[in-house]
Order: sequence, then C-alpha cells, then structure tokens
Amino acid sequence: MSHDTVTAPEEKGRGFSPASLLRSPLALPLIGLIVVSCLMGLASDNFFSLNNILNVLRQVSVVGVLAVGMTFVILTGGIDLSVGAVMALVGTLSAGMMVNIGLPAPLALVAGIALGLALGVVNGALVAWGRMPAIIVTLATMGMARGLGLIYSGGYPISGLPSWISWFGIGRIGVIPVPVIMMALIYAVAWVVLQRTAFGRHVYAIGGNETAARLSGVKTRRVQLAVYAISGLTASLAAVILTGRLMSGQPNAGVGFELDAIAAVVLGGTAIAGGRGLILGTLIGAVLLGILNNGLNLMGINPYLQDVIKGFIILLAIYIGRDWR
Amino acid sequence: MLELNGIKKRFGRIEVLHGVDLRVHAGEVHALLGENGAGKSTLMKILTGILQPSEGTIRIDGAERHFADYDEAIAAGVGIVFQEFSLIPYLDAVENMFLGRELRGRFGLLDRRAMRARAREIMRQLAVDVPLDVPVARLSVAEQQFVEIAKALSLNARILVLDEPTATLTPSEVEHLFAVMRELRRQDVAIIFISHHLEEIFEICDRITVLRDGQFVGSCAVSEVDNDRVVEMMVGRRIESSFPPKPGVDPAAPVVLEAEEVQLRRGGPVSRFELRSGEILGFAGLVGSGRTETVLALLGAYPAARCKVRMDGVEKRFSGPDEGLAHGIGLLPESRKDEGLITSFSILQNVSLNNYGKYRRNHWFIDLRKELDCTTAAMAAVRVKAQGPHARVDTLSGGNQQKVVIARWLNHDMRVLIFDEPTRGIDVGAKAEIYALMRAFTARGHSIITVSSELPEVIGLSDRVCVFRQGGIVATVEGADINSETIMTHATTGRVEHVA
Repeated sequence: MSHDTVTAPEEKGRGFSPASLLRSPLALPLIGLIVVSCLMGLASDNFFSLNNILNVLRQVSVVGVLAVGMTFVILTGGIDLSVGAVMALVGTLSAGMMVNIGLPAPLALVAGIALGLALGVVNGALVAWGRMPAIIVTLATMGMARGLGLIYSGGYPISGLPSWISWFGIGRIGVIPVPVIMMALIYAVAWVVLQRTAFGRHVYAIGGNETAARLSGVKTRRVQLAVYAISGLTASLAAVILTGRLMSGQPNAGVGFELDAIAAVVLGGTAIAGGRGLILGTLIGAVLLGILNNGLNLMGINPYLQDVIKGFIILLAIYIGRDWR
Repeated sequence: MLELNGIKKRFGRIEVLHGVDLRVHAGEVHALLGENGAGKSTLMKILTGILQPSEGTIRIDGAERHFADYDEAIAAGVGIVFQEFSLIPYLDAVENMFLGRELRGRFGLLDRRAMRARAREIMRQLAVDVPLDVPVARLSVAEQQFVEIAKALSLNARILVLDEPTATLTPSEVEHLFAVMRELRRQDVAIIFISHHLEEIFEICDRITVLRDGQFVGSCAVSEVDNDRVVEMMVGRRIESSFPPKPGVDPAAPVVLEAEEVQLRRGGPVSRFELRSGEILGFAGLVGSGRTETVLALLGAYPAARCKVRMDGVEKRFSGPDEGLAHGIGLLPESRKDEGLITSFSILQNVSLNNYGKYRRNHWFIDLRKELDCTTAAMAAVRVKAQGPHARVDTLSGGNQQKVVIARWLNHDMRVLIFDEPTRGIDVGAKAEIYALMRAFTARGHSIITVSSELPEVIGLSDRVCVFRQGGIVATVEGADINSETIMTHATTGRVEHVA
C-alpha cells in the first residue's frame, strides 16, 4: 500500500513500518475508521458479524461508486453536484426504455450508462471550455437532470423490470454481494488510472497548480473534460446498482447523495482544493459514513438525531485533519 | 522635511541596503532612480513602515520617527500609491477613499453625504474631475490613480510616494498626472517619484537620488545632470565573470523561429524578430515593457491582438503551450512557484509532467522504472542537489527548483527554449551553472530566448538583444552595442511606433 502515495512518494520501497504508515495520508482516515468501528462494536453485539459487515458494504456501494468520480473531480480542484440527480435520471430512463419502449434490458442499461457519460461530458465542456465555475455549472445541471427525470416519469417510479436486473442490487457471488464486487472493481480501475497513467498524474497536476501544468504543455482542458465524464460514468454505474436494488427507476432517488459522496472524499483525506488525495482514502471515507449510518441504526437512534451526529463527526474529522500534508 | 540617514536592511544574513541616504524637501518632486533590484522598493517599504530598517534613522521635520507598521506611517503623514493599486474594484471612489474608516452618522449608519462632500473637496484640491459614484473598475487607470492619491491626501499625507505611476498610463494621462503633481507641489507636499522613463524625470522632477545594488550612488538637482550621466549613475561599471564565453553565431545560421508580427494590444506597437539556430536572444527592457507577454503570445498563452509566427519558414499558429511543446518550443515561466512547478509533486513527477510519451508501457501505463531512470539521468545532467528523485520540490532551494524546471525541458528533444527570468532569486553559484547549461543547449544547435530584468545577465549571456519599451521592440542590438548604456538608453527613451 505504500507505493500508491503519489503525494508522498519518498515512502516508496521502505516497506511497512509503523512510522511510515503514520506519515501516510491514509493514516488519519484509517484511524477514524478503526475508532468508529470499535465504538460501534462496543455498542452493538451484531456489528462485527460477517453478515453485518457485508451488509454495510452493500449499503455503501451506491455512494461509494459515486465518490470515485467525485474524487477525480475534486483532485483537479473542481466539484460535481449533479451526480445524485444524474444517477436518478439514468435509472429512470433505463427503466423507461425497458418498460415503456420495450428495448432489450441489456441495451437499455448500456444506453443509460452512455447517457450518464454524455451528461458528464456536458458538465466538463461547460467547465473547461465555457470557463464557468464548476459549482454553478453542476448545480444547474443537477436541477435539469432531476427535472427531466420527473417530467419523463410523471414523478412515479417505473417498475416491471426483468427480474434478473435485481442481481446488480442484491445478487451474490459466493457470500459476497454483487454491488460490493462492482464497487471493488471500480475502485481498482480508478486506482490504476490515478497512479499508473499519465492521465492520472495530470489530474493531480491540475489540482496542484493548473497554470504550471498548462504552461508546461499539459492539455488541461481535455483532462478537466475527462474527469467530469468519469464522474458521469460512475454516477450511471451507481444507477445500475440502485435500479437493481429497488427493481424500479426512481426519479426521486439519490437526493443529497452528492453531499454524501463529497463527504466521503473529504473524510478520505483528499484536499477540497485539489492536488492531494488518494482513491483508497475515499473508499475508507465511504465505508466510515456507511458504518455510522449502520451503527446508529442498530443502536436505534432517532433518524433526525442521526443526521446531527453525522454532521458533527464530519466536522470533527475535518478539523483533526485540517493541516494534513 | 524628510531625512533618511544611513538606512541598512538585512534579510537574514543578506544585506540588501547598504546605508542609503534620502533627503526630500517640502514642495519638491524627488525622483528615486535605479535599476530593477537596486533597492528602491525596499527603501520605500521602510519609509512607509511596511519593513523596519536594520540600521539608520528616519526623521520628519527634524524629529526621529519609528514606524512599527503602515498605519503609524500614515498617521505621521506619509502616503504611498503602490504600483499595484489597492482599490476594491466594485466599490466607488468615495467608498474606496473611506474604506475602513467610514464616517458614521446617527445610529452608526454610514454618513454618505459627509464622505461625498469630503471626497469632492479633495478632488477639487487636486483639480481633477473623477466620477465619484461608479465602481472604480470602470474608471481609467489614471482616474484610479487619482483616487489613490486622493485617498492618501484624505489621510493628510504631506509626503507622498508614487511608485511607477506612469508605467501603465497613456501620454495624455501622464500629462494629467503631472498637472496634479505640480498642484500638490504648489501646496508644499513632498513627492517621491519612482519612474524608469528618464524623460519624465527631466520634465517633472526637481532633484534625483540614485541607488545601485542597494548602495547610495548620489543625489543632486536635475539641472546638474543629463540623460547619459543618469544612466551611468544607474548602471555603473560592473564586471561579471560568471558568464560562459560567447562562441559567436554564424550569420548564415538558419532562422528557426521568426516572429513576423506581434502586436500585444490593438493599436499598440508591432514587434518582429528572428531567432537563429545556436543563438541566445536576449529580451531586455523594464518591468511591464511587454517582454513576458510577447513570449507568451508566441505560444498562444497570451491573447495578443496579432501574432504571426514562422517556424523553419512555415507559418504556424500555436493555440497553447501544448502545441508549442509538440513543435519543440518549451517555456520556463517567470515565476517558478506559481507557474513552473507543481509544488506538491516530487522532482520525478515534475520532470516527467509533460513527457509521459517517453516511458509508456502497453500504451496506457507509466513505466515506473524507465521514468525513474530518465529522471535520475536528467537530474544528473543539470546537477540538481536533492535527497533523491522522490524529494518534494518545495523542499529545494530556488536554484535547484529552477534546475528541475530546466530538467523537465531537457528531458525532451526541444529545439527552442524560452527562459523567462532564468535566475531570479538564485544565488551566484547556481546562476553560473544555469548559464553554462544554457550555453550547452545552444552549442547543440538549439536556440534560446531569454527574458531578464537583470541587465548584466542579458549583456553577459546574449548574442543579440531585443530591447522592449511600452509593449514593443524598440531596438535590436548586437556585438559591441550590447552594453548597459545603449540598452538602458533604448529601454528608457526608445521611440515606440504605435500602429492602428
């Protein structure tokens, strides 16, 4: 794990020692994860059961996948608020293509994924070539995507999907839920792209110093376009999982998920200004959020109070990690 | 009225001012002259309390004063108009003048009427008519300057520092500013005027004080000197031996890059120059004379009104540095930290930033071993002193940081490199090494354009020198004409032809 630290590569090749692990940017998120897990384990006997852990991971998978694209975007210094709405739109339209138009289900899924990618390209083009702030662009496309999904569906869920679609949401390979496997694969690909390709280095470079990257000949606009496209792609992959879990296209799904995804990225130690951070940190952040949700539920805490507690913990985590380098 | 005596300033162990005197009388416009880096700005920062002197005294009206900060200097009647204005663009002139010390009326609400009346009174005193209720961003540069001056006067400034106020003004605006300065002189305000345009000194100033390399060179009445004498006082006679010998460029050497027309602003001067194989072409001129903008325009990184470029005789139009890179032109930007390096990256990541094509595996992936080998070789070639290729660049000294940027470009097969301020903030030893690297590059038949504000550097390094003034090239000199007097004369008085 020590060789994936793009921001602290001097640790390369020293192997695992407690000291190098502490200096790693993953240290704080990991400590947070362990502390919260132990607290939950103390509070609830069921917490450390294999079933519950797999359940937590399954619940995490949707936000976890959204957070992958969000990590790319935030690493360049941008933000993508549209992911939750894009996910809902893709799910709704895919379901509509299967049920209302009668398109073969695999084709409908692929078309949905292509749509999410295209929406990401639109976001990216507006940010990179339109020279508009990402937060405004994606706020606007968030509203548009949500509205289009509601118009198409009339506000009602679209059900009657082929039963095998549920495999993406609740199926298992062996004991492991399919969405967890999908999430793991997506994280693995993202890790390779960020750490082992020129594109990945350029993502970090733009977040670190966009002017320097551009003046040295990096095609910064293309890279920016690509990160929003990736975010659109992961939003539609999350839509596949969600559709499988709900067995319907839900135009109202995923409200506020963009904020959970951002929280996962930031809890994972990625700098909100870009340039520093690791995809594995995001995974830890997403799991941390999922454990909080799960544990607070197991303890039977009032759901309204849960939001307050989660907000407080996010603030605390970011306060502790604020000067991290 | 104002006396600075034996001012010395040290930053750490480095002394930048070695005992400077400055005496300014009431009702006098006093020019403070010197090359870039002579210590003018540091001296003015000491006068205005932004910096504290290491030694020496400040007296106003005979009484010794110590300013702990800018506010104390203001209270003592010292005002300064910086080169970069400190106005808030969206506020109007009145709001800017009273920023942070707004007049208040009943209930603690703003007393806009009283502020307006006071502002109008000051503008009348300056004999200027500046619109008071539009955002200052919509005022001309000259009008913004008047607002700055009015702000200083509203604080009862009796000593006013104008730091290169004419650098960005048109000739008619300069006349207007001079009228205001004459009016203030009549009202017994002492004005310290910093400008690089010598003809302005002779037009408006009464006395001059010249600094060179932090040394006090002399002070005298303007009537006692002429243009040549002032230039001589400013540049002095220095011997620089850290430059590699100039091998001399064959006049028949092929032209690699030819700028047929570069016009930065519509209506501004049009420059043309050519760069031959194996030469170092220097771009000299004062700060703000258009040197950096011109090299950026070549690469499409500055929106010039016109930019026609030929490479090897073929017309090219670069839309950005990425296309320059593809054609073998690389840029080392003016500011290493802001434009050159990704400071959160390691040396290795900075060197390979724009050159992953060199170590690809299976088309998509970075060959980490090859990347490491290439970087190690590139670091050795420019002799970067660091713990290793994985050290973060923000832990390096300025000279080593600059070598990392150089290594990034030498890692390619570039034909033309543009060095903008190649040795700014670098110690003497590293400078000599960088000069040697530059000569080694041209010795292979490649070419360099170097932009530098340090005159000795341009002179010691360049085969030919283009001198810039007010946005365009006013002269190109070579051979024995590459000397400080000639270049400084062109840079301060050269004729600029404005073209529609």
